[in-house]
Amino acid sequence: MNDRDDRNIIADPWGFLKEFTNGRIALGRTGSSLPTKEFLDFKLCHSKARDAVKLPLDFEDIKRRLDQDCNEYSMILKSRAQDRKEYLKRPDLGRLLSEESEEMVKGVRQKDGFDIALVVADGLSANAIDTNLVPFLRMLLPGLREKGYTMPPVFLVEQGRVAVADDVAEFVGARLAVIFVGERPGLKSPDSMGIYMTYDAKRGSLESSRNCISNIRPEGMSYTAGVSKLKFLIDKSLRLQLSGVNLKDDQENEELADPMVKKIN
Amino acid sequence: MKYRSSTGLRSYTFYSLKDLLAKASPERSGDGLAGIAAESSEERCSAQMALADVPLKDFLHEDIIPYEEDEITRLIADTHDMEAFSPVSSLTVGEFRNWILADTTTGDDLKNLSMGLTPEMVSAVSKLMRNQDLILAASKIRNVTSFRSTIGLPGRMSTRLQPNDPVDDPRGIAAEILDGLFYGCGDAVIGINPASDNYSAVVTLIHLINEFIDKFEIPTQSCVLTHVTTTIQAIEKGVPVDLIFQSIGGSEAANRSFGVDLSILREAYDAGNSLRRGTVGNNFMYFETGQGSELSGNGHHGVDQQTLEVRTYALAREFNPLLVNTVVGFIGPEYLYDGKQITRAGLEDHFCGKLMGLPMGVDVCYTNHAEADQDDMDNLLTLLGVAGCNFIMGIPGADDIMLNYQSTSFHDALYLRSVLGLKPAPEFEKWLLQMNLFDSKLRPTEKIESNRLFLSAGEI
Repeated sequence: MNDRDDRNIIADPWGFLKEFTNGRIALGRTGSSLPTKEFLDFKLCHSKARDAVKLPLDFEDIKRRLDQDCNEYSMILKSRAQDRKEYLKRPDLGRLLSEESEEMVKGVRQKDGFDIALVVADGLSANAIDTNLVPFLRMLLPGLREKGYTMPPVFLVEQGRVAVADDVAEFVGARLAVIFVGERPGLKSPDSMGIYMTYDAKRGSLESSRNCISNIRPEGMSYTAGVSKLKFLIDKSLRLQLSGVNLKDDQENEELADPMVKKIN
Repeated sequence: MKYRSSTGLRSYTFYSLKDLLAKASPERSGDGLAGIAAESSEERCSAQMALADVPLKDFLHEDIIPYEEDEITRLIADTHDMEAFSPVSSLTVGEFRNWILADTTTGDDLKNLSMGLTPEMVSAVSKLMRNQDLILAASKIRNVTSFRSTIGLPGRMSTRLQPNDPVDDPRGIAAEILDGLFYGCGDAVIGINPASDNYSAVVTLIHLINEFIDKFEIPTQSCVLTHVTTTIQAIEKGVPVDLIFQSIGGSEAANRSFGVDLSILREAYDAGNSLRRGTVGNNFMYFETGQGSELSGNGHHGVDQQTLEVRTYALAREFNPLLVNTVVGFIGPEYLYDGKQITRAGLEDHFCGKLMGLPMGVDVCYTNHAEADQDDMDNLLTLLGVAGCNFIMGIPGADDIMLNYQSTSFHDALYLRSVLGLKPAPEFEKWLLQMNLFDSKLRPTEKIESNRLFLSAGEI
């Protein structure tokens, strides 16, 4: 919108307080109502968040980019939620692999099992995975290969929630499950990717057995910081054979479990 | 007990009062998720018809969660007042709806009845009511409470000023408090959801709000919405606590998932009761509720989410709260799918809470994965204004940057007060005028550059 002087707008003269908060303060008003510009700005943020939830993730494209950019083979799987509507209403179905996908995963099993299963789910933001997954894995994978960890293909799960990684790890026989998932979008963060890591994951694993890294996106936690933290946690988890509340992130002195992120389970 | 209903070709059987209530509940995703909802619209309506014929007295003989297993059931049974119940004791649920809506039934009649009603009776009758019935009946009831301001009077609507910050930054919070006060918000409470439950961080925030209240003699109360045990700890250490907050649910198991039970709440009540920090009254408890939290906390016992919500109110009314706030759309679409379900639930909670005797406010809100937007919030907000809701939330631009959901804004409060002619709490109204923040028409003053509160903004 243009910035012409609009004499119907009663400006709020405390705009200098905006430096202290990202909250929507000092918006001004016309009568009791938001000025047009402020109303449309809010609406645009909400539209982006809605699109992130609703628009489907192009899994074939992710598969192709993983192959091209990361030289990594991947398999596309499905949860038991048939579509977005069912996914939103039935979180229990998004946590389970479809029977057909279960068979596909079992087909990859090997005698000694695997160290790490990398799993990707659209979760509540296709945008988050579309933007962040491939560049993040491009930085992460060389380090994991260097350590000699054994890994099955990357599993891409349509309509998946965090706990679907438990099914994948159990059926493929992996010691550690790491899932990359689109987080519930905020009004100013429609593209935030979360990572959950669970040792000895299986159907029914408790939330307290997971470690979480949250808010990975260009304006949030950087890929460099996220990769460093995840590698640290993976190494430590496989060494100590545990994860969750008993695995302290003493790389830095900060809390890993974010209560808001847990809501997307 | 079994209940049957026939719709011509088909007949339906409902295996218990619990089953009947669940099948009669207006459609919502959480009951589907729990696997207890009616399987068709016809079954739902059949259940409502069967429910209409159930005598209210039957509710006193059939517990929907066993007495032995659940302290909320015990509380409900042990506090039921037969004498208060007597005006409606011979009625069925369907007749009870007619009684509530009749012109001859006054707000006082409804208030005198409240301790004679069990939450299951209240839930049952609400399932037979349309949205307009829920609005009309609620508008008859005024449950007035007070601390430093008086909340819930006719013609008045208060707001909780909710200045949340993702990292509890005192300057960010102060900036949001000022923004809200300039818009005339905060007469129900200035209440922060802290990002951290760390004790010293919580105490810092309590002091931060209190400094505002003391310095400008604002007739309102402070609250930091942390776990009740943290607040008890603060009281024991002499921190000036105004309101004691806790999230609660409608079963013992659900409350366990919140880390509370009746005895902890009684302990908190006793601790708060000794403080006497209120000036015009001594209601000091603040509860938050919301349909679906029992299922989410594995404490639902196969009971529908709306009935569980009303059971929550039976717990709340034990403690004469200043504020009860149903956070209706926060829980997400797996419990309330869209704007229609959120609207219905908000009106149900408001009516049922009022009939149970509580000072109900509503956090008119939604998350970004729900099928809802600001238009839905405008609708519910307006309906609640008409229904006589005690208070709503006031959040800068309706966008809570800590909890990542959308609620109602300072502008929304101005809108509602303007379109329905509602005023803030009387003490707060007087303060807004004295401070020259509002003019005689109760509109925000346009030139406030020389205002004392405005000048204080420069000190942040």
